[in-house]
Amino acid sequence: MSEQPRIDPALLRGSLMPRISRRDLFRYAGVGAGALGLSSLLAACGVEGERANGTPTGGAEGSPEWWAALQEQGPGDLINFTNWPAYIDVARDQEGNRTRPTLDMFTEATGIDAVYRADINDNLTFYAAIRPALEAGQDTGHDIIVITNGDTLSEMMALGYLIPLDHSLTPNFNSQVGPAHKDPAYDAGNKYTMAWQSGFTGIAWNTKYVKEPPRKFLDLFNEDYAGHIGVLAGDGDDPGSYAMLALGIEPETSTPDDWQKAADLLIEQRDRGIIRKFYDQQYLTDFENEDLWITMAWSGDIINDKLYFPEFATFEFATPEEGAMLWTDNMCIPTKAASPLGAITLMDWYYKPDIAARLTEWNAYVSPVPAGGDIVQEDAATAKGANQTVLETIAGSPYVFPTPELSSKTHSYRVRTGDEVEQWTDLFLPIFLD
Amino acid sequence: MDRPVPTDLPRLTPRRRWGKGAAPYGLLAPGGLWLLVFFIVPMVAMAGLALQEGTSLEGFRMTWRFANFTDALSKYDEFFLRSLRNGAIVTAASLVLSYPIAYWIAFYGGRFKTVFLFLLLLPFFVSFVIRTVSWSFILSDDGIVFGPLKSIGLLPEGFRVVGKTFAVLAGITYNLLPFTILPLYVSLERIDKSLVEAAKDLYSSKVQAFLKVVLPLSLPGVFAAILLTSIPAVGDYVNAAVLGGPGTSMIGNVIQSEFLVARDYPEASALAFILMAAMLVGATLYARLLGTEEITT
Repeated sequence: MSEQPRIDPALLRGSLMPRISRRDLFRYAGVGAGALGLSSLLAACGVEGERANGTPTGGAEGSPEWWAALQEQGPGDLINFTNWPAYIDVARDQEGNRTRPTLDMFTEATGIDAVYRADINDNLTFYAAIRPALEAGQDTGHDIIVITNGDTLSEMMALGYLIPLDHSLTPNFNSQVGPAHKDPAYDAGNKYTMAWQSGFTGIAWNTKYVKEPPRKFLDLFNEDYAGHIGVLAGDGDDPGSYAMLALGIEPETSTPDDWQKAADLLIEQRDRGIIRKFYDQQYLTDFENEDLWITMAWSGDIINDKLYFPEFATFEFATPEEGAMLWTDNMCIPTKAASPLGAITLMDWYYKPDIAARLTEWNAYVSPVPAGGDIVQEDAATAKGANQTVLETIAGSPYVFPTPELSSKTHSYRVRTGDEVEQWTDLFLPIFLD
Repeated sequence: MDRPVPTDLPRLTPRRRWGKGAAPYGLLAPGGLWLLVFFIVPMVAMAGLALQEGTSLEGFRMTWRFANFTDALSKYDEFFLRSLRNGAIVTAASLVLSYPIAYWIAFYGGRFKTVFLFLLLLPFFVSFVIRTVSWSFILSDDGIVFGPLKSIGLLPEGFRVVGKTFAVLAGITYNLLPFTILPLYVSLERIDKSLVEAAKDLYSSKVQAFLKVVLPLSLPGVFAAILLTSIPAVGDYVNAAVLGGPGTSMIGNVIQSEFLVARDYPEASALAFILMAAMLVGATLYARLLGTEEITT
């Protein structure tokens, strides 16, 4: 792990980059001279949409020739890896400095430094921030980003904002990826993505305040906890899907009519005035400082807190009886990334079973590498002392190693296409915006 | 004292006269250019975006769709009204809090005036967002303020501030306090203290002297303070995002969400434009009706 450079490399690269193309220059010059009038300026401000989504050929970014040419140049010595908070293994060295062992091992093995940032709190807002650079065909400053399956990821793939991966460069992935993460519904053939971890959305509660464990999704909205109830927002997939499950609707095959019913249910709960806030990743902070007593939560966050911090021993996590929503966070490479070869090398690094095991032992999420899971189980069996409790808990958690029972009631989010995206957004966004 | 007018002066060349005439424009040029590049051009761009149609996935195309404005207004009128109401409450609260502070520093600050002003501004050297987030910790349900008060029974267990409208209003008021205090201070500081003495010599009470002399003379400051506070107050979104909960979002949050979550750029631009236009009209009317000159004469 390298020292973080003082200047944000994204900013540095951005400022060294030519801002406008020659065509743009003429476009703006014309405007400046007033020769083309107002409408040309207005036209210049348009936002481009969908582009070709075929497999790039003939040396274009992401084509086999392009990857081959990169291999000749070598992977470079620095990559920028941007992920969600509390998602990578952390340790302290002898001097008490924070280290990230799996990343340090990568640097040792490959000579590539990885600058790691935990900057993604929400898929939509993160995408909105990098979209202008992607649209302008510029480097976003990130070589690897981690995006949850959903509308954001689908749009990035559809607009050609992700570099198609060359799986001849991912030997670990090819041999180790589990069936659940190979060829997922949202990215056929893993063309653009490789899973980082998966996790369950469920309900977390603090037994200090919540004596009756919640069983159903609607138990979340209990008058007794008024003002201390958290609901996840994002693009609405989490609360929307759980509302559908509560209504007996299968999210993956749901229709706009079903969404309307789910939205109505959520609005009804919201208007009771007992929800504290609609959250992104920030929910964890409020849950930790006990402003939230019961909240929609992501499995690993809660399991990890409970295991590593004695003050959070009263945290519990479960998925409701109606079903469990499983999501996957995916590593991908945005277009015009500065070090795509280094990026794909690192992505593949996390498919080495021992590395995958270390990651899961720390973040308590579902690993896409089954062989890594076996190592976690072995480690748990041989560990001693405090470590033993931690590892045994992780190895025994159904939310890290899903039991057949949990798997049987696990559901997937709907992969929305075309008009569905807008219909969904129009229904759910106004719920959280109140 | 008459001086003979010299008749043999060289005539001013037209070129020099042109130069003189152009001087004011030349002096204005840097500022004008600045405004053009960083205000007019982005504004035209935003206006253009507001008239387009499409989606983030398919792209947006110019269709001169003026209905974007009416749609946005009818869809989010509630948030506009809430923001205007919040702006009014915040401005009033901030004036009530700031006037005594500014008055005290101006009249009793003595040689420590600048020290007091500096102390007042000191917290504002910290980033706006960080300050607001700190309040959410300070005011958390069992935090350092309410925790002890609840444990000794001064507050009921269920008492909370964060997530409610009060927290949002208090947050904006706090964050805008310097914008209210500084103009008030400037106008109060300029008041000739002997006018107050003169009032007292003429048998006015302290209260009368304040109401008839100090207050009217400080009205230009009040006018500026209201303008400087109300405009950012109405447009604020950080406080509602950090300290608010359901039912407290302001128009700024709607614009943010339309831009960053829904990525409906035309609607977001239309909203931003309506907000700006409303503030501009409001400020102009306010200046016309209650302009400083009318108040002080």
